[in-house]
Amino acid sequence: MNNPPDISQDPAEHEEYAHNVQKHVRGYLTVGALLLAFTGITVALSYVDFGTRKANIGVAMLVATLKAGLVAAIFMHLAAEKRLIYRVLIFTGLFVLALFWLTFLAWYNPVVR
Amino acid sequence: MEIPYTISTRPDTGLWNAKIGIWLFLASEVMLFGGLFSAYIFLRLDAQPGEWPHGLLNVPVGTMNTAILIMSSVTVVLAWAALKMRRYNAYWWYMLATIMCGVIFLFVKLYYEWPQKFEHYGVFLKPSALEKYEQYLGNNRRTEKGMEPRIEISGHLHNPEAIKDPSIKEYEIGLDPVFVDPNNPTNDRPHFLYVPPTDHIAKIEKEDVERIDSFGPWHSAYFASYFTITGLHGAHVLAGVLVFIYMWLPVSKKLYQRNPEHLANRVEVCGLFWHFVDLVWIFVFPLFYLL
Amino acid sequence: MDASTSLPAAAGHHHPHTHAGEHEHHELGWWRKYIFSTDHKVIGIQYGLCGLVFLFFGFSLMMIMRWQLAYPGQALPVIGKWLPYFFGPNTMPDGKMTPEFYNSLGAMHGTIMIFLGVVPVAFAAFGNFVVPLQIGAPDMTFPKVNAASFWAFGVGGVIMLTSFFVPGGAAKGGWTSYVPLSDIADKGPGFHPFLNGQTLWLVGFIFLITSSLLGAVNFITTIIQLRAKGLTWMRLPFFVWAQFVTAFLLLLAFPPLEAAIVMQLMDRTAATSFFLPAGMIVNGAPLHISGGGSPILWQHLFWFLGHPEVYVLILPAFGIVAEILANNSRKPLWGYKSLVFSVLVIGFLSFIVWAHHMWLTGMGSTVSAFFQTTTLLISIPSVIILSAFFISLWGGSIRFTVPMLWATAFLPMFGIGGLTGIPLAFNSADLYLHDTYYIIAHFHYIVAPGTIFGLFAGIYYWFPKATGRTMNEFWGKVHFWPSLICMNVIFLPMFLQGMLGMHRRWYDGGQGWTLSGEHIWGLTGFQWNTPISWAAWIMGLAQIPFIINFFWSIKHGKKVNDNPWEATTLEWTAPSPPPHGNFVITPVAYRGPYEYSLPGREKDFTMQNEPVEPAERSRRAAEPALAH
Repeated sequence: MNNPPDISQDPAEHEEYAHNVQKHVRGYLTVGALLLAFTGITVALSYVDFGTRKANIGVAMLVATLKAGLVAAIFMHLAAEKRLIYRVLIFTGLFVLALFWLTFLAWYNPVVR
Repeated sequence: MEIPYTISTRPDTGLWNAKIGIWLFLASEVMLFGGLFSAYIFLRLDAQPGEWPHGLLNVPVGTMNTAILIMSSVTVVLAWAALKMRRYNAYWWYMLATIMCGVIFLFVKLYYEWPQKFEHYGVFLKPSALEKYEQYLGNNRRTEKGMEPRIEISGHLHNPEAIKDPSIKEYEIGLDPVFVDPNNPTNDRPHFLYVPPTDHIAKIEKEDVERIDSFGPWHSAYFASYFTITGLHGAHVLAGVLVFIYMWLPVSKKLYQRNPEHLANRVEVCGLFWHFVDLVWIFVFPLFYLL
Repeated sequence: MDASTSLPAAAGHHHPHTHAGEHEHHELGWWRKYIFSTDHKVIGIQYGLCGLVFLFFGFSLMMIMRWQLAYPGQALPVIGKWLPYFFGPNTMPDGKMTPEFYNSLGAMHGTIMIFLGVVPVAFAAFGNFVVPLQIGAPDMTFPKVNAASFWAFGVGGVIMLTSFFVPGGAAKGGWTSYVPLSDIADKGPGFHPFLNGQTLWLVGFIFLITSSLLGAVNFITTIIQLRAKGLTWMRLPFFVWAQFVTAFLLLLAFPPLEAAIVMQLMDRTAATSFFLPAGMIVNGAPLHISGGGSPILWQHLFWFLGHPEVYVLILPAFGIVAEILANNSRKPLWGYKSLVFSVLVIGFLSFIVWAHHMWLTGMGSTVSAFFQTTTLLISIPSVIILSAFFISLWGGSIRFTVPMLWATAFLPMFGIGGLTGIPLAFNSADLYLHDTYYIIAHFHYIVAPGTIFGLFAGIYYWFPKATGRTMNEFWGKVHFWPSLICMNVIFLPMFLQGMLGMHRRWYDGGQGWTLSGEHIWGLTGFQWNTPISWAAWIMGLAQIPFIINFFWSIKHGKKVNDNPWEATTLEWTAPSPPPHGNFVITPVAYRGPYEYSLPGREKDFTMQNEPVEPAERSRRAAEPALAH
């Protein structure tokens, strides 16, 4: 989904622009409904036994990531953002993963437990 | 002197200043909550069997708060779209809705969820005493099934004076339902619904008790991270609400009349922050309430 | 590169061509102009002055400690009698230092030097003052946020200083505030539940982190958005690149520490056990805690900041030194692109080396191998940068001005610091050297004769831009030579002490340590403390000419023109001192930052805002080496 373009001074163009934003509004409402639905799904899934607790955590995190992805992509306009912002976020993502992963590794692989 | 690109975009980056600023700030916020979540992972992995509690939070209320936060995310993006379409009245109402959502979220947290915790007690039993309270714990069956043992009995403490008074030899706990019927398979999974403690009172001798604590941050690594993360998240919600109130007050009308795009940009920036706060909650909710 | 093709197409855009708006600012009162200013230059100078005061204060703490190390248990003459009136009666009874006060001094020396001294001066002061000028911007993108950053720093600094005067004194857990010690320190009888050293340390830190974050957001946005027309990324002065990467390090590395600090604060005030394992026994009694926490977790989160922080300290100094080397060797900086990529790679790698501070926590071979590899990898770009600096000197017509003296001294000093770090990168070698004076010597060579020399270089170099006058050259040299000699007398012997096995936190300087009977160059490890301490005190005296020179020159220094060093970068096109809004004519950049000794030119420097003439363009096309 694209960002609505900048507003124009020309009234005719403004009309079309407003119409364009109107279309986005429908998109936002749909995404809002989807997010609510996914919240229900997360709660429901937590009652289902997927065998191990790890599996349950995995499923719940998957749904959460999906929800977070929707918020980021649509509400935060990340689906169509400028390159610069992607770059910043990619590095941030890498570093936060490094923090998770390496901290986990250091816990996982001690000399003695 | 005027700083360029406060409202218009710089051609080679395609962005105005505050948009970069807020994204950088959010990047640092990702690292802040990343640090807290990595602590959560670390502590959870480090927990001994039975030490990490499950199902102690009120799921319906948590679900409701999640829904409220999602709806506020929708209203704030609608508020921004209304500004883009130059409909100030619609903006005003959407903004008010957002503020109300934030306030309700905080109210539920501060006046319902948190205080409830401080009235609920958990008794951690000494390993040697676990067998003695088998009727409440159901550990034999759990061991058979390869599940983590229960090491804590929780419920309403009927004689709180016992904590301070050494002459009282036992705690009287109005048991949470799970300990009344520990071998019922429906209680194998954590009891998601918040149900009040039963009238069934268990007497637990003090000498069998390792530690008794209310469900405050001091209760366990779980509640420590719960209160810290939701507390910090709540602080973010509060900050967002305050900023939104400022944007909703008549001051914003003046800015709107002077330069509607400037107000739209401000709302977009604050909206980005608000969505991020929502996004954090999307992970907080299952991690603490459900798993 | 053809200048005209790389200009951003700003046509049809609102862009202030001149800054005629200065008049309105004459209305600002003295308070708004000099104290609560939003002008990046004023904020930069405020940061600089505060940072320098903190640097000297932090250094003074160490000068007091050095007495205890050289003459343990003896009364400190003269000032020893007065210190208890200042720091409280339990700190130096009869002029003799108590162990608690020694620990406070050590912890606060580290905290103040790094977070209240070097970072504010290197990053905030130079970054604020120089970066907008070098990129031809009228100010920072968010001037009010900039002011907020400074005042958050101010509040943090005041809280840190206040902690000296609360019952029990300032934090004693070392600048790293390792847990569980810091969780349980400064608690119990005699301590206030909130106003105690360690808690105030944590609270002060939250303000300092806030300040750094606001600054970092501002710096990055400014560098991205407010570069002058034609100032493409590869035309940025290296100093701007260094500040850019530094800002990213602060932005992304500080928050995990903030999280850790919030957790430690919760541990101390809300009885959580984030960092406390079960079964802790304090003063013979078991602690009533839930346990389930992990001390290692603190170390991970602390060093996730802690290691990038090292580069926060050194990268701005790299930037300063690069500017001064190019300017004073009158030749382009060698390998500009390699320098830029090196600094980017350093920035990236610095996030994934942190656990090399934690070899002693018992990591398995897999994790160790990973962190040893990344640690050694990060030495490559560092060596590239240092080598490029040395090669830049080759064949130059070097002018040994005062800034150049400091900058050239920086090179070998940083070299020693960097190379002695390599053994520490290896798990097995570090197990022996960990927490000895070897470590102290290693990182001080990087931040003291390294970064701080870079800072002095920068102060002497940009002083004329801030005031329109130069600092006195003779007194500059009187400042430089004793500082250089003393620095080495202080830190070189510490390598030896460390290799003898002297522990860095010993209160008696190793006097009571039996193995210290071994002699190196005729002195035992303990006896080396005496010359080191005397060198430290002499170095303290050597700062007096600087202080006097600094303040005297503001009013009475030699008046100079706008570009006294005949430099090329854009800050020298602004008036000295630059007015509010900085430039009389909005600058446009036509060329790279270091066009010194360009062939076929009358003067040996060509400023970035000098257009490329047609004749020059064809010559550049013929000689690819000239194409920047």
